[in-house]
Amino acid sequence: MKETNISRRSVLKGTAALGMASTAPMFFVRNAYADGYLNDPGDASSVTLGFNVPQTGAYADEGADELRAYQLAVSHLNGEGDGGMMNTMQPLSLKGNGILGKKVEYVTGDTQTKSDAARASAKRMIEKDGAVMITGGSSSGVAIAVQGLCQEAGVIFMAGLTHSNDTTGKDKRRNGFRHFFNGYMSGAALGPVLEKAYGTERNAYHLTADYTWGWTQEASIKASTENIGWNTQTTVKTPVGAGDFSQYITPVLNSGADTLILNHYGKDMINSLTQAVQFGLRDKSVNGKDFVIIVPLYSRLMAQGAGEAVQGIFGSTNWHWSLQDEGSKAFVKSFGAAYGFPPSQAAHTCYVQTLLYADACERAGTFMPCEVVNALEGHKFDGMGNGPTEYRAEDHQCFKDVLVVQGKENPSSQFDVLEVVEVTPRAQVEYAPDNEFFAGGDLGPCNNGAA
Amino acid sequence: MDAIFLQILNGLDKGGAYALIALGLTLAFGTLGIVNFAHGALFMLGAFCAVSIQALLTLSKKVKDESITFFDAYKEQPYLEIWWGDIGTTIIDYAVPISILAAIPLMLLIGLSMERGLIRFFYKRTHAEQILVTFGLAIVIQELIKANFGANPIPTPAPDIVSGSAKIGSALGLSDAIVYPWWRLIYLSFSVVVLAAVFAFLQFTTFGMVVRAGMHDRDMVNLMGIDVERKFTIVFGLAAVVAGLAGVMYAPILPPDYHIGMDFLVLSFVVVVVGGMGSLGGAVAAGFLLGILQSFASMNEVKSIFPGIDQIIIYLVAVIILLVRPRGLMGRKGVMED
Repeated sequence: MKETNISRRSVLKGTAALGMASTAPMFFVRNAYADGYLNDPGDASSVTLGFNVPQTGAYADEGADELRAYQLAVSHLNGEGDGGMMNTMQPLSLKGNGILGKKVEYVTGDTQTKSDAARASAKRMIEKDGAVMITGGSSSGVAIAVQGLCQEAGVIFMAGLTHSNDTTGKDKRRNGFRHFFNGYMSGAALGPVLEKAYGTERNAYHLTADYTWGWTQEASIKASTENIGWNTQTTVKTPVGAGDFSQYITPVLNSGADTLILNHYGKDMINSLTQAVQFGLRDKSVNGKDFVIIVPLYSRLMAQGAGEAVQGIFGSTNWHWSLQDEGSKAFVKSFGAAYGFPPSQAAHTCYVQTLLYADACERAGTFMPCEVVNALEGHKFDGMGNGPTEYRAEDHQCFKDVLVVQGKENPSSQFDVLEVVEVTPRAQVEYAPDNEFFAGGDLGPCNNGAA
Repeated sequence: MDAIFLQILNGLDKGGAYALIALGLTLAFGTLGIVNFAHGALFMLGAFCAVSIQALLTLSKKVKDESITFFDAYKEQPYLEIWWGDIGTTIIDYAVPISILAAIPLMLLIGLSMERGLIRFFYKRTHAEQILVTFGLAIVIQELIKANFGANPIPTPAPDIVSGSAKIGSALGLSDAIVYPWWRLIYLSFSVVVLAAVFAFLQFTTFGMVVRAGMHDRDMVNLMGIDVERKFTIVFGLAAVVAGLAGVMYAPILPPDYHIGMDFLVLSFVVVVVGGMGSLGGAVAAGFLLGILQSFASMNEVKSIFPGIDQIIIYLVAVIILLVRPRGLMGRKGVMED
């Protein structure tokens, strides 16, 4: 008879290891369906939201405007002021008495536009301040990092300004939601407008911010412009916050390219566009064609910072204060009365996200994250400035119309720097959940956190 | 060929800034023996001289913006424009050149105060302690600027007349594709003039001769009855003026923020080390050399062979030079070798 070396002890060890391995996944989702949840306000008279925005760094302008919008949203939720978009939002469960009768309070954090700093401030707001929801950010790197943290902790994350495909693509999470549009949508909206304005034969040179947002926007715009017949001559990655982009712009001058696509945002975009204009690119002619610059993701704040350099330049934006729908008018009036100037797209998306979260809690009748997730998934709403909108259940991405804008040649005021040239309908920018630009991710299970 | 010409120009223009800062660092080190980590803050203070003068010239009255009808919006109209019309607008347009005149006495005062008020107490201390105290000072200055001006970069444009680009290619009979912004060309010329002026001052004046002698052998100069320390204090003030002027002139190229000095400081220290500690000529040569190398490393042809080389080239060159020539390009024997 053949002897085996298996002892009783090794069998016991193996069984124990197998048991631990098989129950390990349950450890990570142990709170998913528990009765309690993290930061349950219980009988308290108030509930705390965490506003995590860049107060320093390259995106500080956007961050300041986001914070203004959050403060306005909180005052409207608490029944103060003129109510803003709560007068136009449809359907509406909010009553102007806070959320579920609890007064809304908030804490703030500075993301510094750095993933580690953003996670640290979000963690502090969750663990120390008891925030039930974290929102904000002006960078996709930060949004993805904080979204991951919120998923692990078990609170809801309502993303601020994040335009990378990955936020609701390969890095999507069940506890995270994005109202803002994305790089793919920018490409889909811009393609036909660029074809009409500049034809089908162009040589494009991309300068791209070297992080998740830049990569996915470059890929989306490249696909979209190649689809209309343009050639992508070169793509160059530039460090975030480089400041001086001259060494990346000088090679464009004699590259043979007739189009410069700047996949930059915030201060980087202001600096690169201003420097591109200083280097005479807009006065240049290549192979009988006028040299053109394109900024796929625009914001009014950025356009103001770049001054005359933006005139005539095409781009896309999630929202613009000049829209004439009732929701936009109500928000601009309310924001303008409070701060003396119109809101940016970053302010708009943050304001809307706060109201959507609060409304979902009202509909769910609880702050419990998994119930809020259920209330938001597939939710259809209107009156928030972008026409009929849906939070798609499959990826937690909002689908709505996208705006194509152009730098205004003759601005009538300091705020009147962009002109909406086309409202691209939702159907044109929509894509299947398994689209190649968004493939590879999984929402995973919802997490209520440890009670 | 055009691409190479453009990158050389670009490298020289960057190198001008590196050389100006590195020159001041080397002067302070060569004379007072101080490793001054607050030198970047002096560059930043210079840039904020331009910001302050611009703010002063654009002091404004709030006027209702009639183009916004759905809420009360206000726009700012500078008093200079209200009082003097087009002349006021022109004065505002020239905020940066005006700042140069203001920066010279101001930076001299700041430099002398810094040396007399703090740095002189650390002459006999170790380099590590000097680094700690000057780095701390830099952080304090940074935070003061942040508290007063905020964290965002502040656009400080050059005068309109030099806001475009020069067609140097066609002027030199080369390709029309070679154009370069006027202000960057002015910056390059300015840095060459300032560097030449500093060298001439040290080379052709009695004061400069004493300073050079003191850098070589301080005790001997003291024994000859010359108060060399007083002269070195003035040199520190001069280094502050050079750094400040570099900052003022750089403001239209890169909108200043509180961190701009620290961004340049690290690179400038590398420049000083590559040039050779205490060597003025080495600092200037290394500044231009590293600026040009950085520009070349950003060329697509180079990056296609060595991806990411543009981010590390300066440090890579520093490592290689220090391996081959441990004292740097023009370093003197005995400096920082104890």
